Amino acid sequence: MSERDERTERAMPRYAILIYEKETPGGVDDIPPEVMEANLSAGEKIAAMGARVVHEQALEPSSATRTIRKGGLVTDGPFIESREVIAGFFVVEAADLDQAVAIGRLLPIMDGAVEVRPLLAV
Amino acid sequence: MTPVQRAVADAHRREWATVLAATVRVTRDLDLAEECVQDAYVAALDAWTRGGVPSRPGAWLTTAARHNALDALRRARTLRSKLHLLVEPEESGAEVPGGPVGEDGRAVPGDRLRLAFLCCHPALAIEARVALTLRLVCGLTVPDIARAFLVSETTMAARITRAKKKIAAARVPFRMPGPEELPERLDGVLTVIHLLFTTGHTAPAGPALTKDDIAGRALDLARMLHGLMPEQREVRGLLALLLANHARRATRTAADGRLLPLEEQDRSAWDREAITEAHELVLTALPGGAPGRFALQAAIASLHATAPTYAGTDWEQILVLYDALLEAWPSPVVALNRAVAVAMVRGPAAALAEVEALEGDGRLARHHYLPAIKADLLRRQGRNAEAATAYERALALAGNDAERAFLAGRLAETAPP
Repeated sequence: MSERDERTERAMPRYAILIYEKETPGGVDDIPPEVMEANLSAGEKIAAMGARVVHEQALEPSSATRTIRKGGLVTDGPFIESREVIAGFFVVEAADLDQAVAIGRLLPIMDGAVEVRPLLAV
Repeated sequence: MTPVQRAVADAHRREWATVLAATVRVTRDLDLAEECVQDAYVAALDAWTRGGVPSRPGAWLTTAARHNALDALRRARTLRSKLHLLVEPEESGAEVPGGPVGEDGRAVPGDRLRLAFLCCHPALAIEARVALTLRLVCGLTVPDIARAFLVSETTMAARITRAKKKIAAARVPFRMPGPEELPERLDGVLTVIHLLFTTGHTAPAGPALTKDDIAGRALDLARMLHGLMPEQREVRGLLALLLANHARRATRTAADGRLLPLEEQDRSAWDREAITEAHELVLTALPGGAPGRFALQAAIASLHATAPTYAGTDWEQILVLYDALLEAWPSPVVALNRAVAVAMVRGPAAALAEVEALEGDGRLARHHYLPAIKADLLRRQGRNAEAATAYERALALAGNDAERAFLAGRLAETAPP
């Protein structure tokens, strides 16, 4: 490896993949099996693309959220009231933005959307 | 202009993208690459004055720019900005710094494509895509780009810098999209070039020279793309569309700057050579599966350009093409333009019903063409008072002086005394 390659060779960039969905009354139990299946098999497909899942988390319903506001006031519920809420997130290492978006496309969308956001490189 | 100055100017117009793309491979940094290429052009003026213009100016410039880049990288690594670019190794084997670049010291043709796809990446805002394409692919200066879009140089420079930062931060890759992404991404590049062309074609204001230059640059880009992707039907469609519209550039306004509708344009002053070229491209862009939106728009423009008179235009065929276009590209603007063809085939009353159905579409709310077309359809049915109201509405929305003058003239004809 030449000197220049070492300088330009970097760790793969990281992206947050945020999953927004409409909340269902029964929570996880209401998620259709094919959606669950697609979510569960995403990991293998991501690995097959040569990308890596760093973190993967599903969130409890937003009703369990507590929000701390300016001045220290703590309230129930999420900071931003919306029909769709963050239901889960991934942090992935991908080759570039296009690959991160391709990973985002693997995740099924019922009513919401999937957001792909580059993480600040430190 | 001396012959050497002309040679440098020609090389700037023709070779900029090639030289920059080859240099980006060395610097992996857009800002540094731009600087090195700029310096190579400055050096060329001096070197060519002393030693004559080289037989392959592009190769000379590429070598000089890459040499500048290697020097800069060797001199100080601190020179590298934070705009680190994700460059894939070349398919044609490993990249040797300062070594051969594709054939005869030129960048591989694919590099110019990569540059175009990078500048038109969907992660960038549309105005950033347009500005970046003019700066990086066409090599236009920031002041020129700012003038063409009627913004201050500071604003334009900031827009371009922000776009470059985003490319670096989000790691937008300097590579060709994969086969599955290509149709969508290519459409994005074609859209930017088309937008550039229409900006030049119906520029809101500003000196005519800049407008013509921008339209000319868009045509250059379409030609470049056609040269690099001759097998893509939509690329042929875009080039045909631009040529057919560009062919009418001399007749779009009257001597007093008033906008002339197609009906009143002097067809003998149209550029026959461009029209013929457009027509031949359309013939190759349409067949082979469902045609795309650029091929269909080109077919419509070509029918207009080849018609002997406005009334003698094959409106039936144009309506058929609009129906196909609406299917390929369901947009309210297409539906509105289709209404004009409906009026010619089935009469103004039938067309008016279609235009009124579109009035509820929020996407057309700020679009002055809707009330303008509605007004014309009312005028043709002798409903002058209603036409005048619609002309007033169109005037309130139109931003371009030539169009405003045209609408004001129509308003004067229809308004009750």
